[in-house]
Amino acid sequence: MIRVENLTKRYGEKTAVDDLSFSIPTGVVTGFLGPNGAGKSTTLRLILGLDTPSAGAVSIDGRAYRDYDAPLRMVGTMLEARAIHSGRSAYNHLLALAQTHGLPRSRVEEVIELVGIGEVARRRVGSFSLGMGQRLGIAAALIGDPQTVILDEPANGLDPEGIRWIRNLLKGLAGEGRTVFVSSHVMSEMAQTAERLVVIGRGRLIADTTVEEFVSRASSDAPVRVRTPQATELRDALADRGVQVSGDERGVLEVRGASAERIGEAAAAGGIVLHELTPLQASLEDAFMHLTHNAVEYHTGAQAEAAGADIEPELGARA
Amino acid sequence: MSATVADPSAARGSATPRGRVTQWHVVRSEWTKLWSLRSTRWSLLAAVVSMAGLGVLASAILMSRWSELNPQKRTYFDAIDHSLGGADLAQLAIGVLGVLIVSGEYSTGMIRSSMLAVPRRLPVLWAKIAVFGAVTFVLMLIAAFVAFTASQAVLSQHHVNVALNAPHALRAVVGTALFLTVLGILCTAIGALVRNSAGGISAFVALLFVLPGVAGILPSNVADTIDPYLPSNAGATLMQAVPDAHMLSPWAGFALFCGYAAVAVAAAALMLVRRDV
Repeated sequence: MIRVENLTKRYGEKTAVDDLSFSIPTGVVTGFLGPNGAGKSTTLRLILGLDTPSAGAVSIDGRAYRDYDAPLRMVGTMLEARAIHSGRSAYNHLLALAQTHGLPRSRVEEVIELVGIGEVARRRVGSFSLGMGQRLGIAAALIGDPQTVILDEPANGLDPEGIRWIRNLLKGLAGEGRTVFVSSHVMSEMAQTAERLVVIGRGRLIADTTVEEFVSRASSDAPVRVRTPQATELRDALADRGVQVSGDERGVLEVRGASAERIGEAAAAGGIVLHELTPLQASLEDAFMHLTHNAVEYHTGAQAEAAGADIEPELGARA
Repeated sequence: MSATVADPSAARGSATPRGRVTQWHVVRSEWTKLWSLRSTRWSLLAAVVSMAGLGVLASAILMSRWSELNPQKRTYFDAIDHSLGGADLAQLAIGVLGVLIVSGEYSTGMIRSSMLAVPRRLPVLWAKIAVFGAVTFVLMLIAAFVAFTASQAVLSQHHVNVALNAPHALRAVVGTALFLTVLGILCTAIGALVRNSAGGISAFVALLFVLPGVAGILPSNVADTIDPYLPSNAGATLMQAVPDAHMLSPWAGFALFCGYAAVAVAAAALMLVRRDV
C-alpha cells in the first residue's frame, strides 16, 4: 500500500503538486492519469524520495522509500526521463544496479532475457532505439524482483507491438500479485489494464476510484439514444419536462436530461412505439476528457471550446 | 526483438533475489560504473601516459642540449622535479575525470537510477570518492615511480641523476600520487556541487590554474601573502623536492590542500542530501 497524504511540491512560485492525497492498494494495477504537465512525474519523484515534498508525506507499506535497506526489492521504477548513462552497455548498467544490493550476475542475465534485449545487451545504451530503451528501463525496474512496480509513461513513443508488450507485461505483473502503479496521459491505454484510477490535473486530485465508477460517473450526463417511428410525438411528450432532444434523422433521437426509465415511461403513457432505448455510456477516453478539461494547463482555444461544448461544468469543477 | 514477448511468470525469477544496500555493495557498483565507460578508461590512460612519459621525454630533450645550457641553469637543475614534470598534464586529466564521474550522471539522468538504488544517497558519494581515489592513487603511484626511474636513467647520461634514497626524492614521488589523488577527490566534490560537466570543469580550472594568475595581478605584498595558501600552490609543495622559500613546507601545504578538499566534500555531501535529484 502506497499512501500519499496532503502532498505538496512547490518550485518557487509554481505549485506542481497541490495537497494531493490518495492511496494505491496492493495487488492491482492502478492507473495514474492526467494531462501533460499535471504533476504526475513530480508526484512519482516525491513518492520515490528523489524530490523532497514542500508539505505532506508519502509512505510505502508504512515507511518512506528512503528508509528501506533494499529499496529495489521493494519498489521497481521506470521513470519517464531516461535515467541511464548512454555510454554504458545495458549489461553493465544493470550490473551496477544489481551490485548496489549485492544481487548476483545471474539475476542481471535473467532480467535481460525477460525483456528480450539479450542480443543488444553488450552494446552502448546510446545506440538503442526507443523501444529497446523502454525494455531496458523495465529490466532495471524488475531487477530486484520488487513487490511494487512504478512505471512512468511506459508506452510513450512505442510502436503498437511495443504497446502490446507493455500491456501484457502489466497484466502479467498484476497476475503475480504485484502492486502496479502506471502513469499515462493517454486514457485508452488504461482501459485495457487498470482496475483503479488516480486522476490528477494541475497537481490536484480529480478522481481516486475504480475504472468502472469513473466511467459511470462521467456517463451520468450522457445521452440516451431512442429509435422510434413516432419521433415527433416523442419529442412533444418530452418537450415539457425540461429535456433536450436532438438528432431526429430517420427516427433516431438523442435525449439528454432524462434517464432511460423516464423516457420509457413517457413513451408508454403516450402510447408511443419504441424500437430502441439505449443509455449511451461515455468511453473511458470521454470520461477522462470531461474530468480533466478544466485542469488542462496549456490548451488551445479551439480545444477548450471543443472540450467545453458538451460538458456539464460542475462535473469538471469537482476537482 | 519483436518476437520476444515477456513471459511474466519468469519475472519472479528462479530464486527470489536476496541482498540489501551496504557501503561495500555500493563500492562494487561504483567500480563497475568507473570501468564500464570508455571516456573513463581513456582519461585514466591519458593521465598515466602523461605522468609516466612526459618527465622522461623532457629529460631526454634536456640531455641532448645539456652542453649548450648556461651554467646557472645547470646549477639550479633539479633531477627530482624534472622527472615528475608530467604531473602538470596528468592533473588536468585527473581533475576533469573527477568532475565527470559525478556530473556525467546528472547530464545523462543516471543519477536518478543511482539514487533510486541507494536512496540514502551518501553511500554513493563515499563510494565514488573511495573507488576513484584508490584507482588514481595506485595508477599515479606506479606512473610516478616509472617516471622517476626512467628519467634518472636518462639523466645519468650527464651524471645529473639522483637515487630514490636521495633527500626528498621518495617523498616527492609518493607526494605526486597523493596530490593527484586528493585533487581528484576535490574535483569529484566540485562535480557533485556544480552537477554540470562544463561548469564543473570550468570551476576546477579556475580554482587550480586561473586563481594563481589572478593573485599575480594583486600588489606584490598582497600576492605574496596569499600565494602559499592557494589550493594549487599549497598542494603542489608535496611534489617538489625543495619548495620555494615563501611557500608552505611540503606536509603543511599538503595538509591545507586536504583541508580544502575536505570542505568541498562536506559541502557536496550536505547538498547531495538536501537537494532534489
